[in-house]
Amino acid sequence: MQQIIDRRLAGKNKSIGNRERFLRRHKDQIREAVKRAVDGRGIRDMEKGEDIHIPRRDITEPVFGHGQGGKREMVHPGNQDYVRGDKIERPKGGGGGGGGGQASDSGEGDDDFVFHLSKEEFMQVFFDDLALPNLARTTLAETPEYKTHRAGYSSDGTPNNLHVVRSMRGAIGRRIALGSESRRELRQLEEKLEAIQRHPKPNPFAHEIPELEREIAALRARLERIPYLDPIDLRYRSRVRVPVPTSKAVMFCLMDVSGSMDESRKDLAKRFFILLYLFLTRHYEKIDIVFIRHHTQAQEVDEQNFFHATETGGTVVSSALVLMEEIARARYPTSEWNIYGAQASDGDNWHHDSGRCRELLANAILPLCRYFAYVQVAEEEQNLWDEYAALAAETKAFAIRKVTEANQIYPVFRDLFKKEGTPA
Amino acid sequence: MTRKANFVPDGTADLFEPDLAKALTGRVKRAADIVTPPRAAQPLAAPSDWSFELIEQYHAVIRSTAERFGLDTYPNQLEIITAEQMMDAYASVGMPVNYRHWSYGKEFISTEKNYKRGHMGLAYEIVINSNPCISYLMEENTMAMQALVIAHAAYGHNSFFKGNYLFRMWTDAASIIDYLVYAKNYVAGCEERHGLDAVEELLDSCHALMNHGVDRYRRPSKLSLTQELARSKDREAYAQQQVNDMWRTLPRKAEKAASEKEVRRFPEEPQENLLYFIEKNAPLLEPWQREIVRIVRKVAQYFYPQRQTQVMNEGWATFWHHKLLNTLYDDGHLTDGMMIEWLKSHTNVVYQPPVGHKHYSGINPYALGFAMYTDIKRICEKPTDEDRAWFPGMAGKDWLETIDHAMRNFKDESFIGQYLSPQLMRDFRLFSIVDDEKESELEVSAIHDEAGYRAVREALSHQYDLGSREPNIQVWSVNLRGDRSLTLRHTQHNDRPLHDSAQEVLKHVSRLWGFGVHLDSVDGQGTVTKHWSVPAPVNHN
Repeated sequence: MQQIIDRRLAGKNKSIGNRERFLRRHKDQIREAVKRAVDGRGIRDMEKGEDIHIPRRDITEPVFGHGQGGKREMVHPGNQDYVRGDKIERPKGGGGGGGGGQASDSGEGDDDFVFHLSKEEFMQVFFDDLALPNLARTTLAETPEYKTHRAGYSSDGTPNNLHVVRSMRGAIGRRIALGSESRRELRQLEEKLEAIQRHPKPNPFAHEIPELEREIAALRARLERIPYLDPIDLRYRSRVRVPVPTSKAVMFCLMDVSGSMDESRKDLAKRFFILLYLFLTRHYEKIDIVFIRHHTQAQEVDEQNFFHATETGGTVVSSALVLMEEIARARYPTSEWNIYGAQASDGDNWHHDSGRCRELLANAILPLCRYFAYVQVAEEEQNLWDEYAALAAETKAFAIRKVTEANQIYPVFRDLFKKEGTPA
Repeated sequence: MTRKANFVPDGTADLFEPDLAKALTGRVKRAADIVTPPRAAQPLAAPSDWSFELIEQYHAVIRSTAERFGLDTYPNQLEIITAEQMMDAYASVGMPVNYRHWSYGKEFISTEKNYKRGHMGLAYEIVINSNPCISYLMEENTMAMQALVIAHAAYGHNSFFKGNYLFRMWTDAASIIDYLVYAKNYVAGCEERHGLDAVEELLDSCHALMNHGVDRYRRPSKLSLTQELARSKDREAYAQQQVNDMWRTLPRKAEKAASEKEVRRFPEEPQENLLYFIEKNAPLLEPWQREIVRIVRKVAQYFYPQRQTQVMNEGWATFWHHKLLNTLYDDGHLTDGMMIEWLKSHTNVVYQPPVGHKHYSGINPYALGFAMYTDIKRICEKPTDEDRAWFPGMAGKDWLETIDHAMRNFKDESFIGQYLSPQLMRDFRLFSIVDDEKESELEVSAIHDEAGYRAVREALSHQYDLGSREPNIQVWSVNLRGDRSLTLRHTQHNDRPLHDSAQEVLKHVSRLWGFGVHLDSVDGQGTVTKHWSVPAPVNHN
């Protein structure tokens, strides 16, 4: 019979399984495209979808079909002025003048198959490349700020938190509870006394009067001893301290751009910064990024210059640290800002400078920072590494790691930022 | 405008069953019997937005009108869906459920992209050849469009599914959805047990041969779906045993071997159904792989009538939505605004751009089909002398009976061969071009004139013959004693060669077969003109 069924709310995204299989099949191309996109993107734009181009020949499903040639006859509509026996020049290429089904099947040309990877899928692939299973929402080991919340009432506290109404209410209740029995007795005795006193003379009960009066007096005295306000009545507003991540953070990205940092090392550094950035955006509402690059001198730059400009020359790492401290003190008071530092370098430094770097870090920068990570994108251990290693051993908020391949970045990153008490 | 699906085999009502005539009694069969009811006092409300009540009202009127014309349909089930769900359905070849495969994901992505960029309107509807017949109405459609879709799909296509001999013979409307659910679960189970990659590879290979996985001439066996599912397990075991028997390597008895000196030919006759042959005979396939080959083969078979009745099916549905909605108007149910709106849509659907036009991409099946049924009606009602000469059996006959007969007993190829009239060829200005690679130029072989009518009609009819549209490739032989390689043979039609993708397809064949595969392309004289071969796949197990 006649049935109209509303399916609009049911079974959305039924094709999602097919889409997953499609993405899975073309993982390599997608990964390649993501990699290219990562190279081309500013790191603030990292969390966006991406158009993926796949060459059409890679996604066609071959079937047996007729090729060009042989003899075939096609019927077309809309004859204008041909008569039988007319000769027509053979169209160049194409499917014989756009004739029929065959031509339209293969007529797609060599356009790429383009589709849009959503933001989530993009991040999935991005972290996939870094061997990231899922970005778990973790909190940094130390939560730096607390906020106090009202949390009901407690029976002890400081006088300034005394809740008067609540305390008085308790007191009334206590007084009622403690006095009710005595009051009832008192009332009975008083009624009895009155009855005796009203009795016409001669009063056979007159001898009881003193006894009653004494009892009444005793009861009155007892009732009066019930305190108006007892310490047990006092109630205080309870406040608990709840740790809250502060809402603002600044990340200092320090990178060595001296001649020895080539593009691949810079790419490693960049990927590390991207991860850090994404990590921080999941914890703080507002992120400022300060890019500092240095060779022998440090300079604050925008990200374009930070990642792409190469300079040559020697290396004085301490220049960047000095600049970082200056900027932090000038613009990012620690009372408002969580300061993070991430430094990437190939470990090459002017040898007299490394000791100074260590001092700067230990005395000036680390006290300001929540965390400072140093990543060396080269294998070789030079004096900077040695100095930093010594410092890292004694300071909790400072960590150093080495990364030489892209796929090491995520493990190192996770190691650096792992939640306390969980295995990396 | 539509995608339809229909399902294969098993337990189809017999084409010539005596019940057929019985079932038809009580229905109006002749135009002369049509009773015209009194004109409606008031037209149906005609707002732009639809509502469930309105759809029900319109549906009720359309249904009673369809009954007046004696349209015999499966029960209807109308479902409202969103554009996104429409794209979902598109992606899984128009079916509400299907097994998972990346190619459907690809389809979905490109559909979605085209839709979002406005390159393509979505189909207004999808109708599924099932019992009850499910028609999808899209949420975005206006009321006029919903009425058009109901008339087109729920009565046009639906009656075609129920009436046409190919569908009656090959599809079982009642069990399609169940079978697809079974297929989906089976494939999902295999993915779990054997891994996504193994299943994907297998499905890829099967899909490559899908068009050659149908029985073109053989009648399907009459097994109901439920029986078949019940026997699924037995079949796996039995089939495996059969395969093993064929590849028996134990020495035969001496005297028997002597009498079989000449190598046994296998298969004894060429086989047209490649997937069936592989399912039954491929030596290395696991039972679950055979079952998946079978599923793909069943689905392919299920679409086979569909591919052969494009013009007829769309033409029939278009003819009837046109007829039904016009009748509704004549009966006073439709307002002028509604008429204008659906007519605009109708006009777009039946537009046939002439050759050379930038939108030309072959003959529009809606246009041709609609014109042909309309033309048959015209020939019945107002035949000209020419029509009397060409269609003596039709001229002046009852039009309803005649088109009903045409709908039931033909497929595109024979339908055009039988019913394309000179009048229509002139209207469409049809002409035929021969493209022979031996000649430097194309030649116009026939046009819409007295000398050319028959030739054009024959050429167009051939154009819709799937046998000539798709290359004829059959299993030729298997090297039983040697390297077990499989040889396929392509018999050229008019010397037309195979497309270069043949090499790629052969790789898929060899993956299924498990050993080397050869393909010979044979021309009209029986000489092999081209040869492809693919070595045995490296065993990756």
